[in-house]
Amino acid sequence: MNTDTHATAADHHHHDDHAHGTLSTYLLGFVLSVVLTAIPFWLVMSGALPSKQITALVIMAFAVVQIVVHMIYFLHMNTTSENGWSMMALIFTIVMVVIALSGSLWVMNHLNSNMMPVHEMGGMK
Amino acid sequence: MTIAVKPTQTGEPLFYLADEHPHPEGYSTSLGFWIYLMSDCLIFAILFATFGVLGGNYAAGPAPKDLFDLSLVAVNTSMLLLSSITYGFAMLTMQQNRIGQTQMWLAITGLFGAAFIGIELTEFAHMIHEGATPQRSAFLSAFFTLVGTHGLHVTCGLIWLVTLMVQVWKFGLIEANRRRLMCLSMFWHFLDVVWIGVFTFVYLLGVLR
Repeated sequence: MNTDTHATAADHHHHDDHAHGTLSTYLLGFVLSVVLTAIPFWLVMSGALPSKQITALVIMAFAVVQIVVHMIYFLHMNTTSENGWSMMALIFTIVMVVIALSGSLWVMNHLNSNMMPVHEMGGMK
Repeated sequence: MTIAVKPTQTGEPLFYLADEHPHPEGYSTSLGFWIYLMSDCLIFAILFATFGVLGGNYAAGPAPKDLFDLSLVAVNTSMLLLSSITYGFAMLTMQQNRIGQTQMWLAITGLFGAAFIGIELTEFAHMIHEGATPQRSAFLSAFFTLVGTHGLHVTCGLIWLVTLMVQVWKFGLIEANRRRLMCLSMFWHFLDVVWIGVFTFVYLLGVLR
């Protein structure tokens, strides 16, 4: 039913240089995302793993993998789109995010540790 | 120090690139929009860092364990994930120039997005009703700022989606509308990426604490 509309669609595509998904890549990304979402929820809700630290590390690893899956299958990230500039912007952003997150957590955690003795000494006055 | 300046045929020095040619409209839109998304990513990074620092300061108020209903969060997550795949279908049908199906998938995406916002607002209303307001503790201030900012983004995305549906209805799948739909696609999928961080670090790790 759509033979003539397909012809016009082809005309529109002449200068499209950014990546597009296909039905199979979208579906693959969706299935992967569902699995990568369901497992962390199940781990936390059922308490399947014995230690909380291990559970925390595992669900963070799942989050990182799922973010990469979304980047590839939904946002169509690759090293060649826009002559690599979108990848450069992404790498720069990741560096900034890592500095902001790890720096804040590290410094504030240290600050909390250094404030501890004040609390303890409160009773000695 | 010498600066090499290539003289032109008229003998005047040339200080700019002579082969600068006009670019077609929208040539750099997708890269520009991507850079906007990256700057938005930095906003969320700061909000995540704030939550990471303040997330344990309950001020003797309610903790994540008392507040969060993980099954509701799971439903909410699936709403956003489903809206991501339906937006993907909208983009695929747009590439095939099927205007009716594109509009249908956009409408379904909008419904999933609206369901997400509805569930989130219900959750917020429930929390505030129980006294867990943003003023209650540093944890709740950070929570409402981070999750609220994400919800505000999704709301803006919904307004944008409806606007584009009207645009497509009025002018069809013209080149400008395709470009706009592509930008919204990046925005929508980006919000889903941010939500991965929210459900992992705020909800799941919060309940684990």
